Amino acid sequence: MKIDPDHFRHALSRTPFHDRLAALSLAEEWMAWNTYKVARVIDSVPSEYFAARSACAVMDLTPMEKYRVRGTGARQFLDRLVTRDLSKLRAGRVTYVIWCNDDGKILDDGTLFQLGEDDYRLCSQHHQLDWLLISAADFDVQIDVETHDVAALAVQGPTSCKVLAAAGVEDLPRLKPFDVAALRCGDMPLTVSRTGYTGDLGYELWMDPQHAMAVWDAIFAVRGSYDVRPMGLSALEMLRIEAGFIMPGFDFNTAEATIRDGYDRSPYEAGLGWVVALDKGHFTGQSALRAEHAQPPKRQLTKIVIEGNKPAGQAFVYTGKNGKLCGEVKCTTWSPILKANLALADIEFRNGRLPPDLWVRIDYQRELKWHTTWARCQARSKPFYQPEHRSATPPEHGL
Amino acid sequence: MTDRTVAIVIGAGHNGLVCATSLARAGMQVLCVEAGDVAGGMAAQHELAGGYRVPALAHVAYPVSAALRRELGLDKYGYAPGPSADTIMLDEQGRHLVLGSSGVSGPGLAASDETAYPAFRQQYLRYARILGKLFDNKPPALRSMPFTEKAALAGLGLKLRFGLGRTAMYEFLRVAGMNIFDVLNDVFTDDRLKAGIALDAVMGSAMGPRTPGTVLTWLQRLNGALNGPLSVQSGTQETLLPALVQAAEGAGVELRLNARVERILIENGCAAGVVLQDGQTIAAGLVVSGVDPRETFSRLVGARHLDAMFAHRVTQIRGKGVVAKLHLALSGQPGFSGLSDSQLGNRLVVAPSMRYMERAFNSSKYGECPEQPVLEITVPSWHNPSLAPANHHVMSVNVACIPCDLEGGWAGQREALARRVISLLGRYAPNLESLIVDHELLTPQDIEQRYGAVHGHWHHGELSMHQSFMLRPLHGASRYDTPVAGLFLCSAGCHPGGGLTGLPGRNAARRIIERRTAP
Repeated sequence: MKIDPDHFRHALSRTPFHDRLAALSLAEEWMAWNTYKVARVIDSVPSEYFAARSACAVMDLTPMEKYRVRGTGARQFLDRLVTRDLSKLRAGRVTYVIWCNDDGKILDDGTLFQLGEDDYRLCSQHHQLDWLLISAADFDVQIDVETHDVAALAVQGPTSCKVLAAAGVEDLPRLKPFDVAALRCGDMPLTVSRTGYTGDLGYELWMDPQHAMAVWDAIFAVRGSYDVRPMGLSALEMLRIEAGFIMPGFDFNTAEATIRDGYDRSPYEAGLGWVVALDKGHFTGQSALRAEHAQPPKRQLTKIVIEGNKPAGQAFVYTGKNGKLCGEVKCTTWSPILKANLALADIEFRNGRLPPDLWVRIDYQRELKWHTTWARCQARSKPFYQPEHRSATPPEHGL
Repeated sequence: MTDRTVAIVIGAGHNGLVCATSLARAGMQVLCVEAGDVAGGMAAQHELAGGYRVPALAHVAYPVSAALRRELGLDKYGYAPGPSADTIMLDEQGRHLVLGSSGVSGPGLAASDETAYPAFRQQYLRYARILGKLFDNKPPALRSMPFTEKAALAGLGLKLRFGLGRTAMYEFLRVAGMNIFDVLNDVFTDDRLKAGIALDAVMGSAMGPRTPGTVLTWLQRLNGALNGPLSVQSGTQETLLPALVQAAEGAGVELRLNARVERILIENGCAAGVVLQDGQTIAAGLVVSGVDPRETFSRLVGARHLDAMFAHRVTQIRGKGVVAKLHLALSGQPGFSGLSDSQLGNRLVVAPSMRYMERAFNSSKYGECPEQPVLEITVPSWHNPSLAPANHHVMSVNVACIPCDLEGGWAGQREALARRVISLLGRYAPNLESLIVDHELLTPQDIEQRYGAVHGHWHHGELSMHQSFMLRPLHGASRYDTPVAGLFLCSAGCHPGGGLTGLPGRNAARRIIERRTAP
């Protein structure tokens, strides 16, 4: 990793794309993500959101934690680390994984890329090196932090394939969802995966930081023909809730950061039971999860649609209007494309089942005066927004 | 095949034998596999060239509890506590101090110390007795404690309050977490006397008299004194080991020697047997490890079969051996200045003061061998002449404060240490050097090699407060069961810890039998 000699002049590091983003930024809304300075908003949230939903949005992903996992014991190490059965994972594929502590509580989630035989990259939201090293004992595996050595861009939206093709990324249309491949953009090598956090068609580009500017410039060079916009984290928050994706550390406390008993969450409680393979070989947290699974569920992070359009950001959930408290909203957004008030809520189950007749009490302001209202909620089991074009191969270049 | 439960006990150390015998007596079919060519591990005998035999490691011991003797029928197999041995604090000028179970005597001893000692000892024996209630069973479960355990703890609290009485209870609570140095300085003036008591608080642990928690280690040790007086282990018929082996065989335990376990077989997260070094697999639904818990989890099971943080915490168990063992084959009886022949059968100690001990401990802390180590000397052949050729003798010396990981490594240093110890001994026993026929020095590393105790630690893990009771060997495996179903622990690394007590083995067997009826 090359250290910027002037790094001490900035409280936060700058990603290789920073200068381009700064030049485009009208909103000047910046925030910290994993010691990097990243954009919350660049132009405006609606324009960025609609770029991702109806055209193409580009987001700087560099601060994502990236770990390279290599060695003859890499697969066994990963199988012991994550809750998911990895037996079907092969080179050139990506899978969504979560990992737990001994008590079966979620430490983080992430995407696992199999780049080659005995060669993997694990991307996560939070710093995980300690846990990975602790978990590495007894395995022939080498773990390297690549966070600062790999620049990353998310290129998301219905036209993303066409935009990247126009920008010179070769051989893109053959990539199926969750494929990863070593491709080129002009003369620059790129690792491209058909993955994302928006629930739409989209790609993630992983590259040497020295090519970062040139790749960015190649993508934004097609702006005359395509609507390509840089996107910040505020728009991403709307997109990911629509897509039903959870964010550990925000929708629930991660186990490592939890002090209070019972404030952390298991995969089942986070609605991620589908990534737990209790019957595969031993993995950390397996016994605790088996014991939990044998009992009726106590709570679950649940997708709900709230009637009306009042922002329910910090609302409690009740069973029945003026009824009994049964949960709380963890994240919420107004979905422009669905015209619906969406939320993820942590809801306590009654006798192993979701309580009936869910309501939220919303406190909201009008011209600085507080009002209270009640809104009925509908629970959903499927993602709120799942466009068909997200999974077609080759993608329809349409629009 | 019979339909009886097949259990494998790994290691025929004294705890392994106790556990195996108890399980067999409860109706299980038990196979005890031992890596060495004799049973007994650190409590066995070791043979030197030329027909000399010495106690392997444990050369002094208190009797085992009456309950254990009764349960295993040990007396029937010839077990009887050995003859009482005093502790003699050697003095270069021959002004030796004799600490017995009832009193202390010696030239220059202040009358105040002489009168304070029996009362002090009685007081701490009472504390040890209360603590002993905790030693006789598995440590309590902190979460969802069953009623019986709550009742037992409440009973202990009542004993503490009403058994001891108000003043003694407060004194117990005051000293329980303290270091032995401060406690002894409050009560006594004589350096030899204080060193003699402090020795039992620190021997075998990486601790000096000033180390916090040394009152607790002393009480743990003193618990043995409730069963009877200390005796020198001379390997005659009346000692523990032959009786344990016979009791095991009598109960139907199959004892297989020279069978080193390579790994514990795990199937679907459960212990399924063991794989021996020679490749042979022995299937069993129940595996009990008398091996150091660190070795058990990290090597025999393997971290991959455990949850990551548990496996990591295993690597954090503290316990580096700090005692070397010197064996001397002697062509005649050693003569200690100022000591009569009849006193040679006692435990002889070179530790003139707690200050001397703390200095020696400091060296080991920094990875160095002390210029003047603490020595605990026995002459087992004085009790049992068959240990050596006619008129010859063997001497066994525990050399304390010897670092396991000596700075610069042990290569070439073993002999230097042996010479240093022999020359130190010569200051008390002038004729010793001329009598030496053969010698052998075991560093803590050698002890690890020979007996499998990780880092050569006698107790399979330090007996510090943070590794006692429900934290021994570590939280998550402190009640003899482990995260691996069907795998149990029974070594000194478990509650209540080391010493020739057999308590970990006994408690483990009881736990296993209890788990089989009500998990």
